[in-house]
Amino acid sequence: MMIITKGLEQTYTSGGRPLTVLKDIDLEIDEREVVAIVGPSGSGKTTLLGLLAGLDLPSAGQVILDGQDLSALSEDERAIVRADKVGFVFQSFQLIPTLTALENVLVPIELRDGDGVDGPTAAARAGGLLERVGLGDRTHHYPAQLSGGEQQRVGLARAFANRPKILMADEPTGNLDAETGANVIEIMVRLNQEEGTTLVLVTHDVELAAKAHRIIRLSGGRIVSDEPVAAP
Amino acid sequence: MSLRFTLAMARRESRSTRRRLVIYVVAITLGVAALVAINSFRANVATALRGQTRALLGADLILSSRWELTSDVKAVIDSLRTVGAEISRGTSFSSMGLAPRTGFTRLLQVRAVSGGYPFYGAIETEPPGLWDTFRDGRNALVDPAVLVQLDARLGDTLAIGASRFLIAGTITHVPGDIGLESAFAPRAYIPPQYLDETGLLQFGSISWHGTFAKLDDPDGIELLVEAKDSLFEANRVWTTTVPEYEEDLTTGLDRLGSFLGLVGLVALLLGGVGVASGVHVFVSEKLDTAAVLRCLGARQRQAFTIYLLQAVLIGTTGATLGVALGLIVQAVIPQVLQDFLPLDVPFRFEWTAILAGLGIGLWVSLIFALLPLLRIKDVAPLRALRRDFEKAGRRRDPWRLATYAALLASLLGLTVWQAPEAAVGFAFAGAAVVSAAVLGLTAFALMRLTRRFFPRRASFPLRQGIANLFRPHNQTTAVMLAIGSGVFLIAVLYVVQRNLLDQISRETRPDRPNLVMFDIQPDQEEGVARLLEERGAPLLQRTPIVPARLTRVGERSVEEILADTAGPRIPRWALLREYRHTYREVLVGSEELVEGAWFSEAENESGTARISIEEDIAEELRVGIGDRLTWDVQGVPLETEITNVRRVDWARFEPNFFAVFEPGVLDDAPQTFLTLSRVDDPTRRAEIQRDLVIAFPNVVALDLAIIIEAIDAILSKVALAIRFMALFSIACGLVILVGAIATSRYQRLRESVLLKTLGARSRIIRRILATEYFALGSFAGLAGVSLAAIAGWITVRFLFEMSFRLPAVPLLVFWMATALLTTIIGLANSREVVRRTPLAGMRDFAE
Repeated sequence: MMIITKGLEQTYTSGGRPLTVLKDIDLEIDEREVVAIVGPSGSGKTTLLGLLAGLDLPSAGQVILDGQDLSALSEDERAIVRADKVGFVFQSFQLIPTLTALENVLVPIELRDGDGVDGPTAAARAGGLLERVGLGDRTHHYPAQLSGGEQQRVGLARAFANRPKILMADEPTGNLDAETGANVIEIMVRLNQEEGTTLVLVTHDVELAAKAHRIIRLSGGRIVSDEPVAAP
Repeated sequence: MSLRFTLAMARRESRSTRRRLVIYVVAITLGVAALVAINSFRANVATALRGQTRALLGADLILSSRWELTSDVKAVIDSLRTVGAEISRGTSFSSMGLAPRTGFTRLLQVRAVSGGYPFYGAIETEPPGLWDTFRDGRNALVDPAVLVQLDARLGDTLAIGASRFLIAGTITHVPGDIGLESAFAPRAYIPPQYLDETGLLQFGSISWHGTFAKLDDPDGIELLVEAKDSLFEANRVWTTTVPEYEEDLTTGLDRLGSFLGLVGLVALLLGGVGVASGVHVFVSEKLDTAAVLRCLGARQRQAFTIYLLQAVLIGTTGATLGVALGLIVQAVIPQVLQDFLPLDVPFRFEWTAILAGLGIGLWVSLIFALLPLLRIKDVAPLRALRRDFEKAGRRRDPWRLATYAALLASLLGLTVWQAPEAAVGFAFAGAAVVSAAVLGLTAFALMRLTRRFFPRRASFPLRQGIANLFRPHNQTTAVMLAIGSGVFLIAVLYVVQRNLLDQISRETRPDRPNLVMFDIQPDQEEGVARLLEERGAPLLQRTPIVPARLTRVGERSVEEILADTAGPRIPRWALLREYRHTYREVLVGSEELVEGAWFSEAENESGTARISIEEDIAEELRVGIGDRLTWDVQGVPLETEITNVRRVDWARFEPNFFAVFEPGVLDDAPQTFLTLSRVDDPTRRAEIQRDLVIAFPNVVALDLAIIIEAIDAILSKVALAIRFMALFSIACGLVILVGAIATSRYQRLRESVLLKTLGARSRIIRRILATEYFALGSFAGLAGVSLAAIAGWITVRFLFEMSFRLPAVPLLVFWMATALLTTIIGLANSREVVRRTPLAGMRDFAE
């Protein structure tokens, strides 16, 4: 099992009153599985994704990621787990504006300091990834000089930079038009297969959800359905 | 859109930013506080003086002279007496005081006063009431410092010259007393009947003779002084009347106040810079909202007004709080300046200063906010639809140009208004513009250079930290201005003070004399030399001193020149002062020949006595080589011809002279001697001083180390006053730094959340922040310290006319300390950025 959650619950304080965003989440996600989390706005999708990646600690319950209990780890130790095992794709791309496309892709590699990847090897890997997302000729462009689709492709290349075991994608096509979105989906699925990654994605996009092996529906912070997708 | 809507919108819009704007309110508060405090204080001083001048002077009229009064002057005084004036006489001179019990000696300012002085105000003593009775016996009243320096106590004997006095009490207050006055020589009052007995008022010693008068009709005094002006002048008597004294004091203290006000003004200008940078970031975030408002139908001016009103809010709040803080500071200033103040300055509300502070505070925050606010006016509605929309090329906006012009005019207006004179104001404004430009350029260069020579191979945190310097919405320029000007102000004070002290302490080098003895009479010269020899003190230099008065310049008598009001004016002091001449065969180390030939190099063709003149006094007297000066040497007229002109380094601790005579001419004139010696051990120096005072009571023996201490104390007090005002600028700089960090926190939070999501540990985030702040701090520090070195050089070299030495190591320490402090403050204020969990951060952005 790549991800196991037991009795996961998340409560925030909002306006002085407790607000339960997630409740009783029990999940098991296999290696190489592609899981889509869907549901209406405010159903807790992004919070669940965040907890699975160890971006915060749950109010109750636990997340076991690749055999490691995240609740037992400190903030920094969770950061190391993310640097080693998790890739991220964001709805609003989240590229660092002061860095070129290539440098943005290099960030996760560089954050894993001390793992013996030398500069040229890292640059070759980052360049190769940009090549694979079709941006081989734009490596030295800054985010502001790239279109939305191109920025998200840089985001994809960055997500795979560390050969993560798990890729977390939060509405990866949410800010893109249909055609560009389809293109990004296609690249993401292809890279996922090539790299053998477990993929967890939060989406509204029916077309994207249909590419998953399994769809988990959330509503009001609870799982209302968890069904495999029929093979096309 | 109605005005009501605009107001409501301004209020709503400020809701989310109010907390962040607080910091800029504080910046303005500090600046206004500095101005209100110092200007209220100036007005307080003027008010206090108006009521107290007579009490400060102690009399309606004071006549003073270096010489015993002539019969003409005595006749005038007698005539005053016949019309009912009360007269009091006083004599003061410098002499060594010795406490026989402890064996300590110290240079004292000895004063003997007869009659009812002070006629106004009172001399207060401890135990009280001694002023009226101490003259009944052999008593002395001394400054408390005398007891400390002589290690004496009340009841001890004080030896002054050949007389012995009982120390009956200390003087706690003298009218018109300025604390600094007694730094070199504290006072000792003795009864006038023992004056002759001291044997000190002999030839060659410098004494002042004063006459204090209380008149029945104080208002008629100006007429009297005017009528007798030429008589007083001819007899070298200086007059002081209450109105003159009031004017002198008011002008002097006001100048002091306005110089300090200029230092305070820096705080306000920095506050303005703070507001500008804060509003700049604020506006960058509000551009989208403004674009939406424009889409919804708001006109350019309305969108602009919504945000302008918020700047008005900052200005008004800041100025009001500033006035409140200023009033508190106003109460503290008299304590800071007490050593410069001859009177108590009671606290009073000064409404003009308060209103000026309010107005100026509001104006400065508006004018500085206007530049960044103009972007709101220009915002394109299209921006609401396409975020990356930028207007192609900014045409020259007349509004922008007008704002720049108003900014410059405000700067000039404020400095000229605050400065003691227009020229100083212009110079100050110029210096402010130049420093701001240098700091701004440094910031620009820093951004350009780091972008150009970006260390692509450096570690990730290092690169990320450096990239932060030129990222969009960066604070590099604002922080650079704030820290740089603060560092500049403090460092330049230090550089100048250090140079002045260096100059003096250079005199303490092993080869320089450190013991000086003067007023040695010719018949004592041998005895003094023998005493020094017996004590193992080498006689390093022996200089004869011949006092003389100037009587003629060329063909014209001093009286004629004084009476001639049409011709070029020669300063009165240059004509009327008592000159002290010497004669010798050679130039000494502190002198340099600038014109003509030395006596030994040229024939004496005319047979007239030849002199060498100092260049500055030659300029004052309007004379040059070949001109003749006639002197009165103890009643004997002596005509001399100027043979050459010398430049003298007056800062050197050596006997220096306006005129040096060729040897032979003055050999037989009445003269005293000055000798220099060097003794390294301070205890032995004190013993020699003591033995000299016992054997030769009229000889003054000074320890150079004590003089340096006194100068150091005075400079420190001046520096304290300036530092007190500079404190506001420094505080302002820190506030801006904290503000800059606070305003950019949003972006930092966003970025650190992203990096953490991608797996960055807090250590990396901290290292990125540390890199950025260290870079900012070290560049701002370097720019500030360099500016200080240049300004210090200009001040020392051209204002004080001394040689400049760069205190490199302290400046280096200063620079590093700035970098470290900036880094520490930066990191301390970024704790939240480091601590936030990524998911909590992401939720914030979603909101």
